[in-house]
Amino acid sequence: MCNQSVGLIQRAIEEVDISTVSITLLEDITRKVKPPRALLVPYNLGYPLGEPNNPELQHAIIAETLALLECDEEPPILKVSQQREEVCAK
Amino acid sequence: MGMPFLRELNPIIRFFMRFYPGKQYNTTPHTPLSIPLNECKVALITTAGFFLDGQNPFELNDCSYREIPNSIQTDKLKGGHKSSAYDEQGIETDPNLAFPLDRFRELEAEGKISSLNHRHFSFMGSITKPKSLIENTAPEVAQKLKTDSVDVAFLTPV
Repeated sequence: MCNQSVGLIQRAIEEVDISTVSITLLEDITRKVKPPRALLVPYNLGYPLGEPNNPELQHAIIAETLALLECDEEPPILKVSQQREEVCAK
Repeated sequence: MGMPFLRELNPIIRFFMRFYPGKQYNTTPHTPLSIPLNECKVALITTAGFFLDGQNPFELNDCSYREIPNSIQTDKLKGGHKSSAYDEQGIETDPNLAFPLDRFRELEAEGKISSLNHRHFSFMGSITKPKSLIENTAPEVAQKLKTDSVDVAFLTPV
């Protein structure tokens, strides 16, 4: 339940007026916990940033996640990573 | 959106997750970012269960946390939580997969963020009884980040 733990910790941090973003692998759990900003990535558990030793992909996912901090929508914001289509196309 | 992940998990975990009630909230705490990202001090939080030499390993359903100094080399991170729910080979090969410290050092060097906090925090995953996490350890870490004047926390599961 890593994804639930992340959301719970995220909520606690946001409560003390610090902005937070997270990555999630499990949409259903994150929709229940409702952390303020999360990026839903299309990978298996254990691979939140895509691939080991692939800095380029890891940076792309981090950039997408950090961009949620500048999103105008009202939280909870849950966006699907753009990496999804590339994975599905494989 | 219908993501396919639950179907890919092993049947026991899938069964558990279908019936595990989980925490449900109706509201969301919200702190808008008030300064540009390139002026922000960032801290990383992971639930991959990493720890360092000299720190206690995590136990099952362990709501405690380990402080990870910003100065460490990522290949010194140990553990990563063992679970039948996922394949841990990836994070053993490259801890950045669930604790992207080297990536954030690169962002700091490029000036995309102002700085990294002097410490980061590692929690255990697979916590099915999160009461102590919610009431004690998560707020404690939040206070530490507050004390450190952190602007942004970046959280990764495993």
